[in-house]
Amino acid sequence: MPQVVVDVVLKPEISDPQGQAVLGALGRLGHDSIRSVRQGKHFVLEVDGTPDEAELKQIAETLLANPVIEDVELHLPTD
Amino acid sequence: MRIGVITFPGSLDDVDAVRAVRLAGAESVPLWHAEHDLEGVDAVVLPGGFSYGDYLRAGAIAARAPIMQDVVDRARQGMPVLGICNGFQVLCEAGLLPGALTRNGHLHFRNRDQALRIERADTAWTHDYATGQRIVVPVKNGEGRYVAAPADLDRIEGEGRVVVRYVDGNPNGSMRDIAGVTSEDGRVVGLMPHPEHAVEDLTGPSTDGLGFFTSVVTAMVAA
Repeated sequence: MPQVVVDVVLKPEISDPQGQAVLGALGRLGHDSIRSVRQGKHFVLEVDGTPDEAELKQIAETLLANPVIEDVELHLPTD
Repeated sequence: MRIGVITFPGSLDDVDAVRAVRLAGAESVPLWHAEHDLEGVDAVVLPGGFSYGDYLRAGAIAARAPIMQDVVDRARQGMPVLGICNGFQVLCEAGLLPGALTRNGHLHFRNRDQALRIERADTAWTHDYATGQRIVVPVKNGEGRYVAAPADLDRIEGEGRVVVRYVDGNPNGSMRDIAGVTSEDGRVVGLMPHPEHAVEDLTGPSTDGLGFFTSVVTAMVAA
């Protein structure tokens, strides 16, 4: 069954305290080369039949992401 | 004067909101998220809580509940709507209010009595206050940090859409100390603090919150 992947991250201008907390933990573990962490969401959708790009774009941009604060990337199956 | 209070799966403060509505002198009408029926109410309150466990984003799934289509349609025609805490998150997710609520800047849940300044005393829900008035009501949230892009914040401020602002300390890192905003027509108001928990001396830090509920009653009687 075709899988469609949607990645959602906070826009660069929106601060990400969760990512900063992860960065702090990495520093305490000695990973000094990591400069920045941005945390996001990864959705995997299984779709019946051929995925409809317009429909999936609408799902990604109106439900899976909040366009006020988040950027979204849609990855359609490649075959 | 009939005011509906919508219960979603995971709402917590619906009973307190119902009580505040009654103390303000209105009839409270419990409404259920899965219905398409506002039962002819004159105004609606979206209460606090953790609808759908805050899955996806706080308020995101509740904003797509069947009854919310009716709330959005009626709000666009001028019906007063008040969103408290999770209800504020739902109104932002439903596109009725600008901006978004995200994880608190310090990552901690904050639960305390909070001082606020009333910035707009001419909305449907704040008529009974004075501009600049200081009130104290509880605040309790983990995802209450109000954010928007800088250009959008400038627009929101420029249009006078900020209704209440945190004073004496910002509990969650909200941009520009914004605690609540309103729609262009001043009929829809959302705020993170909880006026419904400050309506009786026995249980609240003050009775400062009652004004939100009496305001809408006054506004409807005058209309």
